[in-house]
Order: sequence, then C-alpha cells, then structure tokens
Amino acid sequence: MEWLVAGAVGLLVGAGVHLLLKPQVFTMVLGLLLLSYGVNLLVFATGGLVVQEPPLAPLRAGAADALPQALVLTAIVIGLAVTAFALALALWAAARTGSTDVRAGERDEPAGDDRR
Amino acid sequence: MAPLLLLLPVLPLLGAVLAPVAARRHSHGPALVAGLATGSALALALLLAPGAADGQALGISVPWIPSLGLTLSLRLDGLSLTFALLVLGIGLLVSLYARWYLPADAPRGRFHALMLAFQAAMLGLVLAGDLLWLVLCWELTGLLSFLLIAFEPTQRSARRGAGIALLVTAAGGLALLAGVLLLGQVVGSTDIATLLAAGERIRAHPLHGVIRGLILAGVFTKSAQFPVHAWLPAAMAAPTPVSAYLHSATLVKAGVFLLARLWPVFSAGELWLPLVGGVGLLTFVLGAYVALFKHDLKGLLAYSTISHLGLIVFLLGLGTPLAAAAGLFHALNHAVFKASLFMAAGIIDHATGTRDMRRLRGLFACLPITGSLALVAAGAMAGVPLLNGFLSKEMFFAEALDPPLAAAWPVGLKALLHLLLPAAALLGGVFSVAYSLRFGHDVFFNGPAPAQRCPPHEPSWWMRLPIAALVAVCVLVGVFPQQTVGPLLATASAGMLGRVPELHLSPWQGVTPALFMSAAALALGALVYALRKPLFRWHDQRFPRLRAARLYARLGATLVSRAHRLVAQLGPATLPSSAAWLFATALVAGAAGWWTSTPAPLARAHWQAPLAVDVPSLAAALILAVGVGAMAWRPQRRLGAVLWAGAVGLVVSLSFAHFSAPDLALTQIAVEVITTLLLLAVVVLLPAARAGVDAGISRAAAAAAPGPLLRISIAAAAGLGTGTLAAVVLLRPDRGFTDWLLARAESAAHAGNAVNAILVDLRALDTLGEISVLAMAGLGVHLLLRPGRGSGVRTGADAEAAGTPLLLRMLSLLVLPAALLLCVHLLLRGHQAPGGGFVAGLVIATALVLEQLAWGVPAAPRPRPVTLIGAGLVLAWSVALLPLMLGEALLTRLDWEARLPLLGDVAVASTLLFDTAVLLVVAGTLLAVFRRLLERPGSLGRSVTAPEAAGGEG
Repeated sequence: MEWLVAGAVGLLVGAGVHLLLKPQVFTMVLGLLLLSYGVNLLVFATGGLVVQEPPLAPLRAGAADALPQALVLTAIVIGLAVTAFALALALWAAARTGSTDVRAGERDEPAGDDRR
Repeated sequence: MAPLLLLLPVLPLLGAVLAPVAARRHSHGPALVAGLATGSALALALLLAPGAADGQALGISVPWIPSLGLTLSLRLDGLSLTFALLVLGIGLLVSLYARWYLPADAPRGRFHALMLAFQAAMLGLVLAGDLLWLVLCWELTGLLSFLLIAFEPTQRSARRGAGIALLVTAAGGLALLAGVLLLGQVVGSTDIATLLAAGERIRAHPLHGVIRGLILAGVFTKSAQFPVHAWLPAAMAAPTPVSAYLHSATLVKAGVFLLARLWPVFSAGELWLPLVGGVGLLTFVLGAYVALFKHDLKGLLAYSTISHLGLIVFLLGLGTPLAAAAGLFHALNHAVFKASLFMAAGIIDHATGTRDMRRLRGLFACLPITGSLALVAAGAMAGVPLLNGFLSKEMFFAEALDPPLAAAWPVGLKALLHLLLPAAALLGGVFSVAYSLRFGHDVFFNGPAPAQRCPPHEPSWWMRLPIAALVAVCVLVGVFPQQTVGPLLATASAGMLGRVPELHLSPWQGVTPALFMSAAALALGALVYALRKPLFRWHDQRFPRLRAARLYARLGATLVSRAHRLVAQLGPATLPSSAAWLFATALVAGAAGWWTSTPAPLARAHWQAPLAVDVPSLAAALILAVGVGAMAWRPQRRLGAVLWAGAVGLVVSLSFAHFSAPDLALTQIAVEVITTLLLLAVVVLLPAARAGVDAGISRAAAAAAPGPLLRISIAAAAGLGTGTLAAVVLLRPDRGFTDWLLARAESAAHAGNAVNAILVDLRALDTLGEISVLAMAGLGVHLLLRPGRGSGVRTGADAEAAGTPLLLRMLSLLVLPAALLLCVHLLLRGHQAPGGGFVAGLVIATALVLEQLAWGVPAAPRPRPVTLIGAGLVLAWSVALLPLMLGEALLTRLDWEARLPLLGDVAVASTLLFDTAVLLVVAGTLLAVFRRLLERPGSLGRSVTAPEAAGGEG
C-alpha cells in the first residue's frame, strides 16, 4: 500500500510540474492543482499510513499522527485561495493582453529601467 | 534626574509626529512645533548639564532584548552633553531659518518632521550608552539624511545625491556594525563604560587591527574622509537648511563623535597616527585645494567642510590628549561658522537665483548686513585672529610642528615627517585662506553687481537672526575663549579623556612658531587668491575631470550595465523558463540532500512491513492515474480537464478518509466542490488559447519556453524524486512526537479532535497567519478584478431573459437552510469530532455561491464579503490579544461558564470564537472571489440590479 501511495505522489507531482512548465495559463493552474494534491499527500505521508485509528476521542497511543493532518488541512484551504488568486491573475492578464499565453506582453530585453 | 534623559530624544520624536498634523492647521505650524520641541529639549539638556560636568556621567539603561544582550542604554557625560548641545542649539537656529527659507508651496510638514526625526536619531547617537544602540541610531541618521537630501524627489540631482550618500554611508555603517560586534565578542559587552575601561585588553587582542579598521571605515565614510568623501558634495542637492544642519554641524560630526568616543580605547594603539592622522591630513589638504576651484557656493562650502573634517580627524589622530581636545574645539568652531555660512549662501541663492560665483558680484551694496555677517564667518573659516577659527587653527599648526612621533621610528623618517607635516598643514592653511577670500570677495565685491539681478534685497531679519547669533558666537569665542567656551570644552574633554588637559585658551598665545605659520598662511593665501586667474586656467587644463562623484557614477553605471549584460545572456525571462530554472534548482538541492543524508535513505534496515493492498485502493489508484494522465495529455480541453481534476481530488479525499484523517477528507471534499465551481466560472470567462506569435508574443519570448523533452525530463525527475521520498518516509515512520501531541490535545486543550486542537489552540498562531494569507488572497482578487468603467455588470432584465433551470432554483432553496444548519453543526462539534471552522466556512460559501448561480449576484450584498473577511480577522486578533490583557500569553485558551435563562449552564471556550473567526475569513474570501467572477459580463452568474448601483459598490 505504501508503494501505491508513493506512486500516486510521484505521479501527481510529475504531472503537475509538467503542466506548470507549459506557457498556457489555464494549464499552469491545472498543474498547480495537481502539484498541491501531490505535495499535500507527501506531507500527509510523513505521519505514516494508519487505518481506522483517527486522532479523535478517546485519544489512544497509536492513533494517526495529528500534526501532518493539521498542516495539510490548512494547506488545502490555502491551496484553494492560491488557485483562486492565480485564476484572477489569469483573467486580469487576459483582459490586458488578449491572450492566455503567459509570455504575451513580455519584453525581449531584461527588465532594466534605470538607464536614463 | 536620569529618567529625564530618556525624554531628550523623545521630545524631537514627538515633534516629528506632530509636525505634519500641525501643517494642516497653519502653514507655519510645523516650524513652530520644531522650535518648541527643539527648544524644550535644549532646556532639558541644560537642566541635566550639571550632572554631566566634572567628569561624571548620568546613565540609564532599560533592557530591550535581554536574550541578545541588547539594552537601550543612554549616557550623558561631558562629551555627549557637548554634542547634544551642538545638535540642539544649531537645530533650533536652523528651524528658525527654515521657517523663512522654505517657499510657500513646500511640504513644510514633511520637512520639519524629517528634520526632527533626524535630530532625535542624532541625539540617540550621541547619548548612546551602548555601542549597538549607537550603531542603530547611526543607521537611522543615514536613512533620514537620505530622505532629506532627496527632499525634492523630482530633481534628478537630489535623487542621485541621496543615493550616493546612502550607499557610501550605509556601506560604512555595515563595516562599523561588524567592528562593533567583534568588539563585543572580545570584551564580552558593548556597554561603552565597560569598553572604555577595557582599552588595554582590546589593544592586546589579535583582532585589534581588524576591529579598528572596520570601525574607522565607518568613521571615515560618515565624516567624508578621502577617498570616500564623494557623497558630501553630491549631498549639496539638499535644501540649504538641510545642508546647514546635516552637512556642517551634525551628521558629518557623527564620525568625529565616534572617533572621540572610542579615542581612549584605540588612540594608544600602534599605527594610529599614520592611519588616522595621515588620512585626516591628506583630506585637509585635498579638500582645501578642491574647494578653491568650485564655482558653486555650496560646492565650495562642501569641500571646505571635507577639509575641516580632515583637520579634526588629524588632531584626533595624533594620539595626544592635548591634540584631541584641540580637535574637539575645532569641531565646535567649525559647526558654528560653517552653519552660518551655509545659511548665508541660502540667502544669496534666494536673493539672486544663483549660487554660481562666476555670475555673482558686488552684492555687498545690496546685502550689507548679510554680507557683513558672512564676511566675519568667512574670516573665522580662514583663521583670522580674534575669531574662533583662528584659535583652533593655531593649535593645529602648533601640533603639526611638534607631532608625537614614536621613538622607535627611523631617524630619517622622523626628520622627514617633521618637515612634511608642517609643510602640508601650511599648504592646506593657504588654500583655506584663498577659498575663504574667494567666498567673501567674489560674491560681495569684485566690481558692481550685474544690473539685471539688482536690486536683490535683504531678507526678513528673522532669517538673518540665526546667522547673527552664530557669528556673535564666533566673535565672542575668538575674543574671550576662556570665559565662553572654556567650561564647555573642559567638560567635553573630561568626558572624552577622563581628565582635563591644559589647553591655553587665549586670543594671544605670544610669539610662537604657530603664530608665524598663521601669518604665513594668511599672506600666502591672499597671494594665491590674487593669482587665481592663471591658477584656474592651469587647474582646468591639468585636471578637467577631477570629480569623485563622476568616478563613482561611472563605477555604478559599469556595474549595472555588466549585470544587465549577464542577465541578457540567460535569454528573456519568461514564466516557463523561470519555472524551469526553479524546478531544476530544487531538484539539484534535493538530490544533494539525498546523497549526503545518513543513514542512506534506501537502507532497508529501518523499514517496516508495508500494509497489504486491497482491491478498492487499487481501483482508486487506477482512477487517479487515468485522471492525471488525461489532464497531462490534453490540458487544452479545459472542461474535460476540470472534470478529471474533480475526480482526482475525490480520490485524494477518499484516501484521506481511508487513512484515518476524517477532517482532511471532509475539507478536501468541500474544497473539491468549490474548486470545480471556481474553475468552471473561469473557463467561461477566459479567452480561447491561441498559439504562437499571433497571440502577441515576441519571437524571442516564444523561443524561451522549455521544449517538450526538457519539460518531460524535469517532470519525470521531480515525480521520481518525490515519489521515492514519499516511499521512504512511509516505510520508515517516526512517531517520536505523535503520542506526546495526542496526550497534550486531550489534557491541555480539552479536545476530542486532535487536529482541531492543533489548529485553534496548540498552534493557533500558525492558523492566525494562515487565515491572514487567505484574507490577502481574497482581497487581492477583490481588487484585481474590480469592474472597470464601462465594462458594466449584467442587468436584472438579462437575468430574467437568460433564465436559470427551474430545478437549480428550487434546489438552491432547499440547500441553503440545510447548509446553514450543517455549518453551525460542523463549527460547534469541531473541537470534539471531525469539523471545525475551515470546513464550516467552505460549506456555507458553497451554498451561497450555488444560490447566486441560481438567483443572480446581488449588486450590493449584505454583509459585503470584504466586511466578513475584516470581521473574521478582527475577531481572531481579539481572541489572540485578549489573554495579553489578562496577563496570560498570546492566544491562551479562555473559558467562560454562565447560567443563562432557558439554556441552563453554558460553557464557551475562546477557541470556539477563534474557529468562528476562521469560518468568517474562509467564507468571506470565497464569497469575494465568486462575486468578482460572477458579476463579470459573460459569466455564469446573473446580476439582479441596475449597473450603476453595482458599479459604485467597491
């Protein structure tokens, strides 16, 4: 089972990185989504796999590790907020450049406005 | 008495806060505030003065960061008292001067606020009882002087001058900090009294040379010594009152002050004379020489200041108490005459509109009073007898004639120095006389004034009053030195040296070699001035471009253009290429960690037996693999990808449920629903993807994305790496912390749900940070997608016409009350069972978004989503801060029990309020996001009211 979960983590992260390296903004958001699934699972995995021992009352020694769960819980919600923000940025940029390609509007020269 | 000491820097600081407020009441309110704040601080300093006389010191220290050994410690001894009086006295005169100098449309509030803040920092510096505190104030003076030099930010020269000053003095400040930290290591304390007593130990330490070098680097940059003097002439772009205050009397004297402060520690060390005295003498001669050739009045004064600072540093560098006291004397004299000369230059600038000495002539006829005052001050600068500058300059000549050379030096070298030092001193003196003559003669005489510039008229006598006061000091000190400055100088030297050296303060010292040198300097100076025309021609031919600021600018420009070229070689920075660099770097760092970790991550010795795989898990994994594959394969089919993303999220939440994380499963499912809604809302709005150059992408940028091969290799490496990492972590679990945490959740947090206990109690501070991030994202979207003018919002008529499926409308009517109930239920039970504020917020937000989809977006929702976010943050911070008022630590859990009618005993814990705050922030953030998405034209949502009402709503 551990190998299965590890495989899922690898698959999610790999696909996420692959999509994040593409220039289409919606594709990148999908990549971000997959990457956060993968990383959340990875963080969750640091507590080990425990079946049918949730960290609920009566709290027993041997219950699942609550700390990674707490970390991942906030990470899930923050991931949602980041996705929302990225999508808003995409809409904002698309309204200005008319394109969903993140390279649109990039200057050829590296930014350097101090040459007066 | 000592606690009053704290008030001394606080008074100007208070003035700095009040000055901008006063500007709203009256245009001269800030000047009044400045005068009152500085005046009261001056009175306080005089009140405290008796406690610092006779070699005693007042001190107060308040622990600041005790764990780092930092204390806010102030110390008032003779030396700090003298400099504090200097800072406050000249500050008072400058604020009076600036009241009349600044034009009517100048931002007076900002000016006086900055000047007062600078004054406070300067007072903190001279009153410092601890070197680290001194360094802090040192940096503050640098920052504030940056703001003051760039007071008119639209002027390029002001920005450039401020930049140079900040860069040079901040670099010196860093060196000083390093030196002070090392000194603290050596002595074990940075307390100044302790340091002064540990001189022997410091000089014997192997690091003595390094520490001294670092501290001197700070001193030399601040006091504009050669070759790091370029910033001072560039700083002349500041308004003239700023120059009069900062660049004559205070800021540049900070270096001199520190040199005097640590003089007892370092002056007895080896090589002190060549290091400090040498630099000082060189600066004295070079500064005086360059000053003669400056055509700008303030430029002349700037180089003259550099030269006089060199003189003071030279005297402190000689290493004898007598010379050091003479140096202090000259520091005071210079502040007095130079401040008045700067003010006079400001009046000339005001009256004629120029500071160029080639265009100024014969102004004495128009400005007789200013002219007379300026001539006396220029005489003091030149060293004319019966003026204060003469006295300290004669001491300087006497010291140069008889330098305390070490006995161990070779006889030939000593003989050479005995010749060279007086010669250099005389040379500098000659140039000083020449440029002082130029200041007086070129401006006020030298033929009749040009007709078109006349008649410049005398300014208000209030503006001349500060100059007159300073010139009066010049004369009084020059004639009656023992009666006027004698006691102050004795106090200052006692504070600096611990004893009073025998200074002979008298206008007539008898016929001494120094007197002959003074006379020679005056005569030769007059000769040089008479020969100025051929001399200027010769100088312009030989050194046409001798300007340190220009060298500095060229150095800076070269560095910047090199950096640009280097960046250009990496190709255009597009998001995909930057992301590739980022991931590649992460991979390299991860691999490095992997290979260097012990025991080797793949050592099977510590592995536990894996759990068995069951059929449902296998099936779920298969769905996940297919979903991820579909998304990676065809992300451009947006709708399909969104649906697959939902499926993948579902599998992830199922696995949370399976592996004993019910809270995570709940949250993940709720997030999944709302993420899908979010993605769908955006898919509708986002224009279709177009490929290549026609989409407005430059060719170079288009080429700067990683190709498929690179993409796949980076992705494969990342997947393989994290997958292996996950496997190793899973097979080698470490429960060292787990059981302790579980026990703590039950005993300390009274919680049945350990995850919730961590979120709202044990690690509530983290949650506070996290909801702040959420709030920021929500507000970011709210502002980013603010409807622009003309973009309009759909009208109610549109909504009617478009129509929503009846089923959805009916369904949403049922969903909302149920969701409300569920939300309250989840919130209340969160501490004992799966639930809590995060999930509850997600549930209620989903229900509300569904309702808006069915019935339309209200143009003016009550309450507004942004209000919800704000209320949540306020509630969270109140819960966090309330325990502080009860004497407990931040975020301590509080419980209330009360007997209410009907309900009976009710127990409320502050953690529940905190969880409610989390709910509000989560719901508010999501509602803010969806409101912006659904109100856009062409969106899924429908607005129900007229556009003008909706457009005005922010």
